[in-house]
Amino acid sequence: MADEIILLDFWPSPFGMRVRVALAEKGLKYEYREEDPRNKNPLLLEMNPPICESMIIVQYIDEVWNKKSPLLPSDPYQRAQARFWADYIDKKLYELGRRIWSTKGEEQETAKNEFIEYLKILEGELGEKPYFGGEKFGFVDVALVTFSTLFYAYESFGNFSIEVECPKLIAWTKRCKEKESVSSSLKDPQKVHGFVIEMRKKLGIE
Amino acid sequence: MAGVKLLGFWASSFAYRVIWTLKLKGINYEYIEEDLRNKSHLLLHHNPVHKKVPVLIHGDKAVAESLVILEYIEETWPENPLLPTDAYERAMARFWINFGESKVECHFFQFFKSAAGEEQEKAIKETVEILKIIEEQSLGDKKFSEEAIGLVDIALGWLAYWFEGQEEAVGTKLLNSTTFPRLHAWIQNFKQVPAIKENLPDRQKLRAHSKRFRRV
Repeated sequence: MADEIILLDFWPSPFGMRVRVALAEKGLKYEYREEDPRNKNPLLLEMNPPICESMIIVQYIDEVWNKKSPLLPSDPYQRAQARFWADYIDKKLYELGRRIWSTKGEEQETAKNEFIEYLKILEGELGEKPYFGGEKFGFVDVALVTFSTLFYAYESFGNFSIEVECPKLIAWTKRCKEKESVSSSLKDPQKVHGFVIEMRKKLGIE
Repeated sequence: MAGVKLLGFWASSFAYRVIWTLKLKGINYEYIEEDLRNKSHLLLHHNPVHKKVPVLIHGDKAVAESLVILEYIEETWPENPLLPTDAYERAMARFWINFGESKVECHFFQFFKSAAGEEQEKAIKETVEILKIIEEQSLGDKKFSEEAIGLVDIALGWLAYWFEGQEEAVGTKLLNSTTFPRLHAWIQNFKQVPAIKENLPDRQKLRAHSKRFRRV
């Protein structure tokens, strides 16, 4: 395909990273453009008005470049399951994670406990499978793996260890990172942690 | 083909999305009303994660989350397509479906539950902003006579019927033919589609329910 792909992204964004993982999975070349932090959504331009929302972009990429590394299964019920869990991750994790690093005291404690609870549910869903997608890395894996770049930040501000609480999930993140498409797309958790420290300063926390 | 059951709640706009989709596709199904204050074993078994309606049970498979259900129906029964065939158009449709959904969750719900005063002023302002985006960008140059109903219309359907009740409960009218002409025209069109017209909850009952819900 001769179409030009440009990704507008903001480097610490786990949402933008999802798109980068999907593009890498498909072996696609694209131009990466760093955007102003106030524009939070990753936009994918293809000589047309932009598409927003990371998992919608991932679905688009999966549908257009459907010959290589399919991310969604072909069976409608399994696709529904994948969409359900990606939706679950979007609805539950991000906001809670944010509360872990942006609040204190009881509010933080509650957020942390809920966060661990949701991670455990996800761990249950993973079960004994190597990936959420089964034998192959798939849609839900893309949705969740990029959040792992924020784990170090959550752990340091929340004062807990995700590996202790959810060892299988951490084993899964390590397995994902063995893939080139993932390791080349994820930002260093230390750098992301540094970014969160700056955000806290800007928001006047502590 | 395996039987289809829908677990729903009579006042839920989320459940109605699924009803409309099943009707538009001509799919036979058994509707099971849930008492949300006393959730059935069937519901808790088939949606252990969220414990919410709607849940679609197709044979031995259960699908939860209304928008996930809509895509499942679309893919399982591809006749009378409700999503565009072009990948880009489909992505744009999903964007607007998602937009409506995420805004319902935060802003419109805030509007509905807001107490009079500053909180309500803020909620009204945000609600109007979102209505403007839908009016100007989503509906844009839409030609109602040329386009068939689709999942975007279905996903935003609550705006065509439930929102009125919310406005009444709050005591402020935001959406009319002068303030949002395209949205208003879309609503009139939407409610004329037989599958929609014949499948709406009783208006008075819904109004009373909204008012009760707001007081809680």
